[in-house]
Amino acid sequence: MKFLSFMLSRLSKAIIVVLGVVVINFFLIRMAPGDPAALLAGEAGSSDPAYVAQLRQDFGLDQPLYVQLATYMKGVIRLDLGYSYRERVPVLTLILDRLPATLLLMGCAFIFSVVLGVLCGIVASYSRYRGKRTWLDSVLMTAALLIYATPQFWLSLIAVVFFSLYLGWLPPFGMETVAAGLSGWGHVRDVAWHLVLPAISLGCFFMAVYARLTRACMLEVLGMDFIKNARAKGVAAGEIIRHHALRNALLPVVTFAGIQLGQLAGGAVLTETVFGWPGIGRLMFDALMQRDYQLLLGVFLMTSAMVVIFNLLTDVIYRFIDPRIQAE
Amino acid sequence: MFFQPVLRSSGALKAVAWSVSIAAALCLLGSAKVQAQTRGGSLRAIVQPEPPLLMLGLNQQIPTQYVAGKIYESLLTWSPDLKPQPGLAKSWSVSADGKLYTFNLQSGVKWHDGKAFSADDVVFSVDKFLREVHPRARVIINQFVSSIKAVGPNKVEIRLKEPFAPFLKAFVSDNMPMVPKHIYDGTDYKTNPANQTPIGTGPFKFKEWKKGSYIILTRNPDYWQAGKPYLDEIVFNVIPDAASRAVAFERGDVQVLRSGDVDNVDIRRLKALPGTEYTTRGWEMFSQQSYIQMNQRKPPFNNIKVRQAVMAAINRKFVVDNIFFGMGKIATGPISSTTPFYDGNVTPYSFDLKKARELIKESGVDLSKTPIKILSYPYGATWDRLAEYTRQSLEQVGFKVEIDSADAGTWSKRIADFDFDLSFSFTSQYGDPALGVARLYLARNIVKGSAFVNNQGYQNAAVDALWDKAAATSAVAERQKLYSAIQKTLVDEVANGYLFELENPTLYSSKVHNLVSTAIGLNDTFADVYIDK
Repeated sequence: MKFLSFMLSRLSKAIIVVLGVVVINFFLIRMAPGDPAALLAGEAGSSDPAYVAQLRQDFGLDQPLYVQLATYMKGVIRLDLGYSYRERVPVLTLILDRLPATLLLMGCAFIFSVVLGVLCGIVASYSRYRGKRTWLDSVLMTAALLIYATPQFWLSLIAVVFFSLYLGWLPPFGMETVAAGLSGWGHVRDVAWHLVLPAISLGCFFMAVYARLTRACMLEVLGMDFIKNARAKGVAAGEIIRHHALRNALLPVVTFAGIQLGQLAGGAVLTETVFGWPGIGRLMFDALMQRDYQLLLGVFLMTSAMVVIFNLLTDVIYRFIDPRIQAE
Repeated sequence: MFFQPVLRSSGALKAVAWSVSIAAALCLLGSAKVQAQTRGGSLRAIVQPEPPLLMLGLNQQIPTQYVAGKIYESLLTWSPDLKPQPGLAKSWSVSADGKLYTFNLQSGVKWHDGKAFSADDVVFSVDKFLREVHPRARVIINQFVSSIKAVGPNKVEIRLKEPFAPFLKAFVSDNMPMVPKHIYDGTDYKTNPANQTPIGTGPFKFKEWKKGSYIILTRNPDYWQAGKPYLDEIVFNVIPDAASRAVAFERGDVQVLRSGDVDNVDIRRLKALPGTEYTTRGWEMFSQQSYIQMNQRKPPFNNIKVRQAVMAAINRKFVVDNIFFGMGKIATGPISSTTPFYDGNVTPYSFDLKKARELIKESGVDLSKTPIKILSYPYGATWDRLAEYTRQSLEQVGFKVEIDSADAGTWSKRIADFDFDLSFSFTSQYGDPALGVARLYLARNIVKGSAFVNNQGYQNAAVDALWDKAAATSAVAERQKLYSAIQKTLVDEVANGYLFELENPTLYSSKVHNLVSTAIGLNDTFADVYIDK
């Protein structure tokens, strides 16, 4: 019952936050100079004033701003996110079309970064804690620092040049081999093969963060009295790490994972650009460049909703990891 | 009687027989080889940025033209020397007064859904569809076309209100694509579901579009040119990053790189790859030219001598050689050397800083009191370098300069609202000064809120009259005289700062043939393109 009221309270607040974000975004986007009508006319090699005026009328941009907002909000409540000015299809269709690719890429990058990052953090902290093989800690943390400091687009490009061009091992762009006629497992393997480079390139940065975060938290916990007590009682080192240190060190990691998960639906513009991955990030970037207000608002609405949902999930996970939070 | 002596000689007869046999065998072998080379295969190319739509009547961005130019056709096509060639019209004629155009259409043409193409489609396309929605064609149609009617299933007559010499040049696929009446008539053109699955008469049919990934066009087996196209399909990959596009070409994942697909700095390296062909042909219809726009409504650029000083202060050879990596040719005036009626006999502006300083002194303008901002052209790092170079050059002759950066939307808005001092742009000339050049100088095109017209605010009533007269004159020699006079005045008055004619490189695999064969190059139908097996 307590949990239910907690969830209801958080959900109602979440809805208010999302609607607030929509309104702020609506005005922010329109503060940028230029509008889609002028851009579309310009790209066609002409800017006949009558044509531009006609486009503005078609898009409803000739209406006062408050009328445009009211129309948009009415649509949002009915889950109608409007029509893309440029692509002339419903915004929801465009977003849903790109969402699976984004979720796949971000999901794989997330798993890769969390698993490898936390593992590196544990190994590094353990070797430091035991005072044995401290060089391993130094190597892992230096590598993590290097990866953290390397610009992601540079890392992606080098990966393409090395693994695709020189070694020829992995495909350099796209999500699948075009017109290969693959289906079933063949198709799954093909997509997985295309996923390797972008997922690793994207996950590397987060992996470094997880590694450093986990190490720091672990070392802090490992220095505490209850750990000394456990060691004095003769509890095995592995047992201490698994059951005592890691569980206590995980809270900041979970917080960061919640933030990363919130970005899932937002895609990754740089990675999607370098690898030609057909995700939401690229869609958002193109929409911004072309002042496709409706599409941009739709993407922002979805990403802000995701951030709110994942924050909520993080709070719920806290309660399971640390029973003290539940008790509070 | 003449052949008898030869035929009577058995030796000669045998020799002839052998020769004929060998020649026939060679011909057969040859034709078998040609057949093997010409039919089948998939051409892999890149389209960037991804077009928003493939309905050529509704969207005319360059990537849209590239892909949809294989789906839609116009009545004519154009040879590299800008001579009209049969397209959906097999022949055409123009009346002596230059007001009546008659087109005889190809017979047996079908839309991709199997319905027959007829004169009614042409009438609908020009008189209704394009007149309403096409940003460029509607200007020509509304200004010049008096009536259009079908005078038979395969014959169309278009009557003009007044002669318009370059009218035929309007019939290019991106400007006057034919659209199916049976699908669009009576519907809302912009929201018609068929826009997502375009139907044209071209050699390739729309097959699949995975947004953000690829577009596939497949061979139209019912194409009106028997035996064509040769390719089975064309795959356009969407690869947003220039470096990744270069890698895709190097690996052989794609066989064609269009101008702009990779940075100029990569061209020399890629062009040297084995099995790679390079051409700058196929842009004759567009003949793109870059120029400096100087806002002539306010100081210092309302003074002709200051504008002339800008021309003398900029080393255009340096710009072409070092910033654009040699991909250009210095412009002499508003009309490109590959566009008809070009006249290079105008005042030359050579790089001369001393002369620039003298001109500024003569102008009487105090540059310290009129600082300027360069609005950078938002289409890549090369244009940013040009802005930086221009700042350095102008500062050397006394200008106080800052650089303003903007994205495409902001740039377009500021240019349209005349909110700039100096900026850059480039324009396509569409095969005739009346179609692609005049719009940048006519005083009636000074319209706030519209970019890509006379945004610099140049006004000269005498030149306006010359533009109008030249557009309505049919005699080539007379037009040349008028355009020569226009070019001389525009160059003298520096109506814009003419920088250079863009050279647009195309790189492609040497296994691909006939890729560039018309004045619109890669935007053409690819009906003749084939790949070695």
